[in-house]
Amino acid sequence: MSRVGIVSWGAYIPRYRIRTEDIAATWGDDPQRIVDMYLVYEKSVEGYDEDAITIAVEAARRALRRGKVDPKRIGAVYSGTESKPYAVKPISSILVDALGLTNNAFAVDMEFACKAASDGIIAIAGLVESGRIEYGLAIGTDTSQGEPGEHLDYSASSGGVAYIVGRDGVAAEFEAVYTFNSDTPDFWRREGSPYPMHGEGFTGEPAYFRHVVGAAKGLMEKYGYKVSDFAYAIFHQPNGRFPMRAAATLGFPADKVKPGIVVTHIGNTYNASALMGLARVLEMAKPGDRILLVTFGSGAGSNAFALKVTDVIEERQRADVPKVGEMLDDKIYIDYATYLKNRKMVKLFE
Amino acid sequence: MEHESVPLYWRNIPAYYRLVARRCKRCGEVYFPPVLKCPRCGSNELEDVELPQEGELVEFTVLRSVPTDFLKQKPVILGLVKLGPAKVLGQIVDAAPEKLKEGQRVEVAFRRVVVDGKYGLVMYGYKFRPRP
Repeated sequence: MSRVGIVSWGAYIPRYRIRTEDIAATWGDDPQRIVDMYLVYEKSVEGYDEDAITIAVEAARRALRRGKVDPKRIGAVYSGTESKPYAVKPISSILVDALGLTNNAFAVDMEFACKAASDGIIAIAGLVESGRIEYGLAIGTDTSQGEPGEHLDYSASSGGVAYIVGRDGVAAEFEAVYTFNSDTPDFWRREGSPYPMHGEGFTGEPAYFRHVVGAAKGLMEKYGYKVSDFAYAIFHQPNGRFPMRAAATLGFPADKVKPGIVVTHIGNTYNASALMGLARVLEMAKPGDRILLVTFGSGAGSNAFALKVTDVIEERQRADVPKVGEMLDDKIYIDYATYLKNRKMVKLFE
Repeated sequence: MEHESVPLYWRNIPAYYRLVARRCKRCGEVYFPPVLKCPRCGSNELEDVELPQEGELVEFTVLRSVPTDFLKQKPVILGLVKLGPAKVLGQIVDAAPEKLKEGQRVEVAFRRVVVDGKYGLVMYGYKFRPRP
């Protein structure tokens, strides 16, 4: 019996972009210093009528189209986000009707900061492996929040990516998965608070690097992988520097990491961050390539996956679905006032 | 502006989310918005049919005086789009009016259409955008 894996994928990046220099000019920061610090040149911004739900629908529709999967054969839809439009009302039930799934598909919203969508992938893989469902859909979607003028204002962005997991028509098999979690107060948002807080010195070493490197090392030691076994390595991308440093710590050369870096031109899409990097790599990968994927969620935890690309990848790459590379170039620049409007950061009576 | 009620919106979800139209089983005519009885042949036997996700922009107009629900989205581009057997009226988004052309390909976008204040329902539905 063939292995469970990624059957198809779809990504969606809103067309609007704001340049780092325009944010810096508003808040009196030195733009060059900010770019040097984060390696984020511009970031994606949702349209005024977009949110985490509309983005999830767009990404999921593209995944269904790429894999030519009948929505009625999707047995589960799990959404990972930390920017739910409703405090109480699920995203996943809206996806059931927007995508035309059956009313018997398991539908769950998952929460673990930026890691939730990858937890959805693991849960769905389990449902497929057990024979409970034929295909499942895991979606990472966010319109992430950052207080205007604060550090996150330079990186928190919008985007979504959807993965169809199944056993039939697999384009990238799951070979192994490993997780690393601990109570680490690096980043949080309390109920009712519009913007998250972060624990300054906690965000780097004790949070991102400990968990990302811990999960990747654990996966490689437990399953006997070497750096040379992987053609690509993709890490969660809160900025452009962290994934490169995590890769260097693990001994990965830059050329295995750079193809999956998208943060430099769309910012941190949170639940879609590493998974967007994976979507981009899948668009260029060849049969037989092995991919290391490491997601991260604040609070904190990481999931590391080893994926092996199959011959089916070529058919998926030929599908008439917008590619991540194309969406990176398809953009409309907006100024800071439009950015505040689109993100509803000016008080409006809608 | 008075919004569509929650029960009415809920009943229209298949049309709003997935452009589910009605096709007359007797004469084959397709209707969107859906109808209960075929205005052409009078048959009561109609079936659901989903319209395609891509179509052609037939005509469009740019509105700067708009209903209150759309005040924050000015200018609103309203387009008539041929989607397979039906013509559908909808908002065109992510587009500059001066770059739009009649006859160009557009695709369905899933967007927020009406937001019922700070605490009410977010009503989602179809809009259109130029095909990338």
